[in-house]
Amino acid sequence: MSSRYIVRRVLLFLLVIWVGTSLIFFLPRLAPDRDPVAQRLGNLAATGGINTEGLDEMVEAYRAKFGLDQPLWKQYLNYMFDMLRFDFNYSIAMYPATVFEIVMRAVPWTVGLLLVSTLLAFAIGSLVGALLGWPRTPRVMHWVATPFLMMSSVPYYILGLVMMYVFAFKFKWLPLGGGSQYGTVPTLTWQYVWDVVHHAILPAASMVVAGVGFWALSMRGMMVTTLGEDYVMLAEARGLSPRRIFFRYAMRNAILPQTTGLALSAGTILSGSLLVEVIFRYPGMGSVLYRAITGFDYFMIYGVVFFVILAVGAATLLLDLIYPLLDPRIRYSRK
Amino acid sequence: MSRSWGYVRRNPLLLVGVAMFILLLLFWLIGPQVIDVTRARPISAMADQRPSAEMPLGSDSVGRELLPNLLVGSLYTFEIGLTAGLIGLVVGTILGFIAGYFGGVIDSFISTAADVALTIPALAVLVVIASVIKEVLNVRNLALIVAALSWMRPARTIRSQVLSMRERSYVEIARLSGMNDWQIIVQELLPNLLPYLAATLVGAVAGALLAAIGLEAMGLGPQTEPTLGMTIFWCNYYGALLRGMWWWWAPPIVAILYVFAALFAISSGLDELANPRLRRAR
Amino acid sequence: MSAPVLQVRNLCVHYETDAGPVKAAENVTFDLARSERMGLVGESGSGKSTTVLALLRMVTPPGRIRGGQVLLDGADLMALSPEQMRRMRGSAISLIPQAAMNSLNPVMRVRDHFYDTILAHDRTMSRAQLAAHTGELVEAVGLRPNVLRMYPHELSGGMKQRVCIAMGICLRPKVIIADEPTSALDVVVQRQVMETLGRIQRQLEASIILVGHDMGLMAQFVDKIGIMYAGRLVELGPVTEVFGLPLHPYTRLLINTLPSLDAKAVFKGIPGQTPSLLNAPAGCAFHERCPDAVGDCWKAQHVLTEVLPGRWVACPCHAGAAA
Ligand SMILES: Nc1ncnc2c1ncn2[C@@H]1O[C@H](COP(=O)(O)OP(=O)(O)O)[C@@H](O)[C@H]1O
Ligand SMILES: [Mg+2]
Repeated sequence: MSSRYIVRRVLLFLLVIWVGTSLIFFLPRLAPDRDPVAQRLGNLAATGGINTEGLDEMVEAYRAKFGLDQPLWKQYLNYMFDMLRFDFNYSIAMYPATVFEIVMRAVPWTVGLLLVSTLLAFAIGSLVGALLGWPRTPRVMHWVATPFLMMSSVPYYILGLVMMYVFAFKFKWLPLGGGSQYGTVPTLTWQYVWDVVHHAILPAASMVVAGVGFWALSMRGMMVTTLGEDYVMLAEARGLSPRRIFFRYAMRNAILPQTTGLALSAGTILSGSLLVEVIFRYPGMGSVLYRAITGFDYFMIYGVVFFVILAVGAATLLLDLIYPLLDPRIRYSRK
Repeated sequence: MSRSWGYVRRNPLLLVGVAMFILLLLFWLIGPQVIDVTRARPISAMADQRPSAEMPLGSDSVGRELLPNLLVGSLYTFEIGLTAGLIGLVVGTILGFIAGYFGGVIDSFISTAADVALTIPALAVLVVIASVIKEVLNVRNLALIVAALSWMRPARTIRSQVLSMRERSYVEIARLSGMNDWQIIVQELLPNLLPYLAATLVGAVAGALLAAIGLEAMGLGPQTEPTLGMTIFWCNYYGALLRGMWWWWAPPIVAILYVFAALFAISSGLDELANPRLRRAR
Repeated sequence: MSAPVLQVRNLCVHYETDAGPVKAAENVTFDLARSERMGLVGESGSGKSTTVLALLRMVTPPGRIRGGQVLLDGADLMALSPEQMRRMRGSAISLIPQAAMNSLNPVMRVRDHFYDTILAHDRTMSRAQLAAHTGELVEAVGLRPNVLRMYPHELSGGMKQRVCIAMGICLRPKVIIADEPTSALDVVVQRQVMETLGRIQRQLEASIILVGHDMGLMAQFVDKIGIMYAGRLVELGPVTEVFGLPLHPYTRLLINTLPSLDAKAVFKGIPGQTPSLLNAPAGCAFHERCPDAVGDCWKAQHVLTEVLPGRWVACPCHAGAAA
């Protein structure tokens, strides 16, 4: 495999993490004349929370590292060092829980929901799109697909709201929100698993329905381009069956840019799923972020944002590393 | 002329999309004549009222009347999308041009920057900015914030188009006939890029809308202006859906679906213009 | 003389564009005898590719075959069902594409291209038989067996073209269509590839239609030559006779523009503009450029007629002169 390709991708990943992390540090400090974190901590100390004692300690620690008396480069180094150790400080709102603990509790929910619905949407959408770009596909297919295509640019959570109203509020077929029945303890029983699946259906469905159209649309374009390629024409001249041409020649090649598209859209998809979680009060990172924003819990916000950037960077890297397995031109490039 | 008519006939969606926007424009133009927009402010109506003859879309829990709310909100939202999309397009086009036309180190730098910026989820960065200045967010600075992350896709599209055009014969001929870079860009490249620019603008506006409404749904939007995204946030905040107040949450959703459907229609109508190969599919 | 393998009768292909139908092939008629080599020449855009693709029934929209017959051993290909036609492609009539094209699937090994082709027509072959047969084919076109394990991007242009030739003959077709098979290769490789093609054709006793630009190459390679102009066959006859005494003024101009017959030469052009196939002028399409146009050439559409044994021409004046 071409090692230059791998090195490039890994470097890009590191660059993404570094730039992203630095943005979290510098952007808030661009705000004129105030450190919102210090301000928030000051407010808390003044009003006196429940855990005043611990909070005071935290404020002290924060001042020591990031106080205005420290030069900026030193604050930056302190900050980068903390991030590298996944030390995001305490949650301001849920002290004494740390940001890391809370995020870790939320991650499995988000990953589960996201992975299943994205893979489903990608697989179904690509197949539908390939069929839409295939001249032999019956006309009905186009009629059936059009509403999905129209929804391809609609944010997931907008569909989520509509589905929630219809299926959960009106017909009461599915739960209105949450990740499992309130108060249940996670156990490895069929009952619990079913409960989780039951709760995930609506949020997942809203992501799949919107995603299918998106992938179908781009796959249709790729498919049309691929069908114009000489090797497809020659495959027909060689007498291959339409089925063979569809799968092995057209779709197989059209899926390549589609995979690149998946890597490029990782951020948009994750952002979309976070918002779906907010709407459905799903116990993943989205809800954590939402609560952090409404509660001015800055450490929490920065922690979640860091993880989001890390996750998207890692997913992109993974897809970039899988890509050569699909495309021999990169796998066997002699450069 | 007959050719562009032929184009429209093959792509009726373009016409549908444009018609949808004209309708929307009419709503924004005529609306304020018959609807009292000042009632979009809190406590200007009795709270939690169902739709009625006086209040066609009812009112929300803080006493905003929802029809004027929709009028004002959809206009604001579109303003954000269009401003951010346009800025993104202009900045992206300039960067894409420079990268594609001059190549070399500048190209590597711009391309890498675009790749990095595309990989970092826009929403994550926007959340960091917006959460710091949440109290002072308004329509204008929200548009600027979103614009800051709308340049990458236009830059990429334009760059690859310029790259493929640069090597074509007419550019060579122009160069041989003594035109300088600037003249070539303005007189030869730009006109050929127009279809891509149109398609890219639609994409940029849709992307900006998506980002802006997403931020707002998290509560990171103008706190006092009833944009569509903020209306959805308030619905969620006050549990409008669970309280059966469909007249509160349904209008912004319908409006958002409408705008995205119109953008979709226009962009797929322009698709063939930007990718002539699609023609064979039909 | 045995019955021709391929008989083409009044083949018409139009591209339906926004601006109107482009008549890319009009009333194309010719016969191809068993193991005969026929050349098809004409300016770019004169409808050569369209014509040969129509023989395979592979014209893509907006193109449509508007009429005519293509008889292969007496059976009309136009009357076959799509599935029956598919079975003909590659096994009875095969296509060797232009060398510049990326004719091989970039994600498949060369070997699998052969297997695909063979299995599409014959499911009974075992893995071992496939491997043996493919090995022979590759050797026959002068390639080493290790190319079978390679991906297309690892091959040079000439190697790819040999692979395409080997694939074109792997089911022993009766008719091979080669559409400018060497136009993108450099001269040395071009000659080698043509020699390979010629040798294979002789071994198989297949008939071949060679589409090309290169009059010199045609003179060396083919038995019979057809000249196309603006979608019509304007002259057809044995290659030596056509070169010796061209009957159509267009053919004559083509041959006169060559430096000498033996030198490899691509014709450069003839004064005047190629007519638009879109709103074709009434009458003979060539009349505007024709040095010998007479009174009614601008309104009469000349039909391809046999004026001497085996010599067909679509021009009345020279038909008379030759007699
Ligand atoms: N897809 C198409 N749409 C419209 N016109 C076409 C299309 N393909 C070919 N043509 C027209 O048909 C004519 C014949 O083309 P072609 O058969 O490729 O010629 P040749 O192989 O002799 O160069 C040309 O004038 C070309 O403009
Ligand atoms: Mg051709």
